[in-house]
Amino acid sequence: MLTVRMHFFQRLSALVMAPLVLVHLATMIYAIQSGLDASEILARTQGSLFWGMFYGLFVIAVAVHAAIGLRVVVYEWLKVACAGLEVFTISVGILVLGYGGRAVVAVVF
Amino acid sequence: MTDSTAENGPHLEVRVWRGDDSAGKYVHYQAPLREYQTILDVVTWIQRNAAPTLSYRFACRVGMCGSCAMMVNGKPRWTCRTQVNKVAKGNRLTLAPLRNLPVIKDLVSDMSEFFDKWQEAQGRFQPSATREDAVASVAPQSAQRRAADAGIECINCAVCYAACDLVTANSKYLGPAALNRAWTLVNDVRDSGQSARLRAVSGSGGCHNCHAQQGCVTYCPNELNPTASIAGLKRATLKAAMRGEL
Repeated sequence: MLTVRMHFFQRLSALVMAPLVLVHLATMIYAIQSGLDASEILARTQGSLFWGMFYGLFVIAVAVHAAIGLRVVVYEWLKVACAGLEVFTISVGILVLGYGGRAVVAVVF
Repeated sequence: MTDSTAENGPHLEVRVWRGDDSAGKYVHYQAPLREYQTILDVVTWIQRNAAPTLSYRFACRVGMCGSCAMMVNGKPRWTCRTQVNKVAKGNRLTLAPLRNLPVIKDLVSDMSEFFDKWQEAQGRFQPSATREDAVASVAPQSAQRRAADAGIECINCAVCYAACDLVTANSKYLGPAALNRAWTLVNDVRDSGQSARLRAVSGSGGCHNCHAQQGCVTYCPNELNPTASIAGLKRATLKAAMRGEL
């Protein structure tokens, strides 16, 4: 059910997410010290290539990691297999990528 | 229901699974409580004195053959080396066939799928030399030999297979014993079947499915670490895949 390729991509996406999560949390804690609101955050992120790439990469890593992780859960607990499992995995990946990408676009552009 | 009464003196209350996969129930027996007795001693006493039709499996009685494993109070144990006083709480025992395997009768599990998966994982030595060649020299202190040594003492008892929640969840999963065996052979420098073996353990039921929960490590009677062997296989298969060999 999990092949070496999926194992590789799950480990790789975890490797990518780990530092991104730490930077994200540290930035949030630092940024809200003096009480930022949404408009102030957007003022800093809009037009920023760095934050666009940062959160774009984060969304891609989450889409890959979540799709593979949920694939395992669905297979082991709900016994979904074969084509259904492939459709589920790809759907989760596309869904997270779609919603995440939309959020990145909204914050950066 | 009490099917038998032990001789006078302290005794054990024992529930034993009677039946097979299609039908069965726990039957209650009393057996004498003796110092240093093993679980296998208790089962043997019950069969000889209370339930002559009780089926169970054993051979060596000294922890070498791996045939007497069963569930003892819900946990997989090698019964010939498990003393009653170490596992019986309140002098009560519940004995059942090994988890994750079909039941033939009473305490006898069908081990076919366990050994089939051993073969599926290419768990057999593939020689690279002929009888005409010199005997291979393997340095005992080499990293590969030490890795093989760490997992080589498996006795095929299937305790790890019964302890593995992933086997329960994923019937195609090869299981800790078969993968541990594959890892010992991956580290055998005399073996010529590595490509096929790495492919075999990279399939849909292969090593990458392991969640590293370590139930196998917890219950292995020989204190092996199949989880570490499986982690080794994950590394080896990843390297092979990156080299384009899978």
